[in-house]
Amino acid sequence: MHAVTVTPAPHSPPKSAHQWAVELVGIDKRFGPVHANKDVTLRFAPASIHGLVGENGAGKSTLMSILYGFYHADSGQILVRGREVEIKGSQDAIGLGIGMVHQHFMLVETFTVLENLLLGHEGGPLLAPAVARARREVEELERTFGLEVPLDALVADLPVGVQQRVEILKALYRGADVLILDEPTAVLSPPEVEQLFRILERLRAEGRTVVLITHKLKEIMAITDHVSVLRRGAVVAEFATAATSRQELADAMVGRKANLDVEKAPPQPGPVLLAADGVNVVDARGVTTLKNACLTVRAGEIVGVAGVAGNGQSELLEVLSGMRPFASGRVTIKGTALEPGGTYDPADARRRGVAHVPEDRLKLAVVKEFPAAQSAILGYHEEKGLARKWRLDWKRVTAKTAELMERFDVRPRDPALRTSLFSGGNQQKLVMAREMERDPDILLVGQPTRGVDIGAIAFIHKQLVALRDRGKAILLVSAELDEIMALSDRILVMCDGEIVGELSAAEATEGRIGSMMAGVAETATGSVSGEEQ
Amino acid sequence: MSAGTGPDNLPWWATGVLLPVINVVLALVVSALVILAIGEDPLGAMWTMVQGALGTSEGLGYTLYYATSLIFTALAVAVAFHGGLFNIGGEGQAYLGGLGVGLVCLAVGDMPWYLVLPLSVLGGAAFGAMWGAIPGYLQAYRGSHVVITTIMFNFIASSLMVYLMVNVLIRPGQMSPESEQFAPATFLPLVQDMAAAVGIQMNPSPLNFSLFLALATCVLVWAFIWHTRWGFALRTVGANENAARYAGIDPKKVIILAMALSGALAGLLGVNEIHGVQHRLLLNFPAGMGFTGIAVALMGRNHPAGIVPAAILFGMLYQGGTELIFDYPSISRELVVVIQGVVILFAGALEHMFRPALVRFFATKPTATTKPAGA
Repeated sequence: MHAVTVTPAPHSPPKSAHQWAVELVGIDKRFGPVHANKDVTLRFAPASIHGLVGENGAGKSTLMSILYGFYHADSGQILVRGREVEIKGSQDAIGLGIGMVHQHFMLVETFTVLENLLLGHEGGPLLAPAVARARREVEELERTFGLEVPLDALVADLPVGVQQRVEILKALYRGADVLILDEPTAVLSPPEVEQLFRILERLRAEGRTVVLITHKLKEIMAITDHVSVLRRGAVVAEFATAATSRQELADAMVGRKANLDVEKAPPQPGPVLLAADGVNVVDARGVTTLKNACLTVRAGEIVGVAGVAGNGQSELLEVLSGMRPFASGRVTIKGTALEPGGTYDPADARRRGVAHVPEDRLKLAVVKEFPAAQSAILGYHEEKGLARKWRLDWKRVTAKTAELMERFDVRPRDPALRTSLFSGGNQQKLVMAREMERDPDILLVGQPTRGVDIGAIAFIHKQLVALRDRGKAILLVSAELDEIMALSDRILVMCDGEIVGELSAAEATEGRIGSMMAGVAETATGSVSGEEQ
Repeated sequence: MSAGTGPDNLPWWATGVLLPVINVVLALVVSALVILAIGEDPLGAMWTMVQGALGTSEGLGYTLYYATSLIFTALAVAVAFHGGLFNIGGEGQAYLGGLGVGLVCLAVGDMPWYLVLPLSVLGGAAFGAMWGAIPGYLQAYRGSHVVITTIMFNFIASSLMVYLMVNVLIRPGQMSPESEQFAPATFLPLVQDMAAAVGIQMNPSPLNFSLFLALATCVLVWAFIWHTRWGFALRTVGANENAARYAGIDPKKVIILAMALSGALAGLLGVNEIHGVQHRLLLNFPAGMGFTGIAVALMGRNHPAGIVPAAILFGMLYQGGTELIFDYPSISRELVVVIQGVVILFAGALEHMFRPALVRFFATKPTATTKPAGA
């Protein structure tokens, strides 16, 4: 049942019975007018890690959904271990030994790990014998692959990295030979990413095939054996990882020379525009999610906030933008002190010159169902210039949106098109345009390039730097360390609801930020000196 | 700025026209089978219904009279819908609205109708708004689901009205729970009289001036939802409450406002029924129009331009059904209810049954009106 356990040298697949673990041959898929996959042929060698990269909307997810049985290809073949198969649903895929770990975990949080693994494999009306059998088998798997997971813990109590291991274990328990991981590192801290990579290497060593979908080229370079690049639904390049470079991959992804670096002059900080002093946030469960946050952001500087998702950065952004009340402490905006329990809310924040690009674009920043022009006035619909007496002046709104789209290169330039039909990058450019248009003094930005393609990332970064150079204060929260390091003049690191350290751009290295993010702070607060990692 | 394309990229006319037509045709086919099963001629019966609803000035009058009430209750459902709320309480809000209309008309005495009308509109709207705003408040600040509370408020409205009619508002010295009649000067003019004034002969029907009020309300609701910043706030809350909060809109206030407005629109049914036709307060005058309004709104895609034809169609069902019972002795009152139910089932509950098929149909032949995602 298991594939052969030879590690193939790059570009020379094994000459065993089944040359390939999975072959996708000539896969073609259309969604109405959108040609999602164009004659895609991909071959995954057994006992290898195969990277799949491409910009948003390049067709990676569609392709993997076809392999996993969510969609049916219009034409083309799928071969598993050399045999042509038809995959009608995920059950078929699982039966063929194909497992998938989704970006958003599919776990029942109120069940234990073992119960989650057992789901769908109860094998009879009584649970006890199945549980005992599952425990034996799972423990065996844990030993084989070095996957340590507490089987009797509730999933809800586990850290994200461990939940992901549960997902991997679940796929293996169902007999997965080929494991597809969709953006697995998006929610992990650097040490957790390291642990995941060790697990993936172990899987490869045990003869399993791993397909890694990611947009982080560094990870591709670090762990994969082969890499395929998709652009506009077609495979445009395939490399043995050892024989390529980040730049070459990035160029292939965007189809032209991609600019990976951010050009920026030294900052010229002015007066403090935004300050927080001992701010605490207590959530509905009574848990303090933001502890004693102190920070200042000056005019003309970008302050980056690094941290693993869920360590208080979101709460920080929400408090400063008026989305969430704070329990104690003080927020100062352009010299005006705000006390807890005041009337500071998103509308008030905008009146004070605070603009906010939220972390979760689709949940907060736009209304998917609205035409772009209506999403482009969200938050500013009360503005005088947009209405004539009681009536919103849609002509003017549309004209203004068209102008914004022109300036921020939003494609397609159609203010009447539904917001959801724009790609993530273009939605984000529209949001950026809307928030920057009013010339705010303070810009709060969360995950500005999440789900944004490489071409748009460079554009957005350039806009942020340009705003800084116009003397505005920018607070940047991002899960992408590279982004934080490329843009920030100062870097704050958050862990467990606290700001655990501050580094200047010059002293920041990935290792230092990474260890602070993981809670291994060198000193509790204040600037860290010394160069040890 | 109206509907545009649907989430699955169907052109507007496919969701707005083709889908409802398919549903109605299917409902008629099923109804025909039922009529066939009891041994009657389905085509003849259908023709009787259409003839009865549209063929005479009297039938047409009744059809439009029913449609008037349905326009009000369907607009009520539509306004709440755009705020992301499912208002099932149109029946109760219409009941209370009628009470407001009746109290105004009883209070004003002998005023001419055109002076009374603005007051009775205000009275009906205010009482309906109150009956809608309470569930709205409970939803916004107490988290009680508006579907549950509005259903309960229908029962409360019904009991309250029985109490008031039996104990408070009943005309002294009579058995039936009805109030005094309003002064004749306050009666809304009937359309047949208005037509006669310009020389058109119409047979008597309850169709009255409220029809024009209903049509004017359609225009106002359309302008409100799509052309004001309040309508924008309402639609934002309905589509994405989090985005609304981000935009500085208070969803709680919008929810209460939406439910109040929804209740006010349902309350206007009282203008048609009480001020226009009954000329006194009595029991059970909403007669299910509050519920049928839900189906009308669904079929009309929550847009006034769709609600008017859908209301007329349901008005035809009511009026045509009555004719059917007269002409076909073997067809009972209950069978007409079955036919109405089948139409509600297909046009309302199963309204999206054929949507996937339509999507597939349009997907196979790409159209020029749809555009691919941004490059």
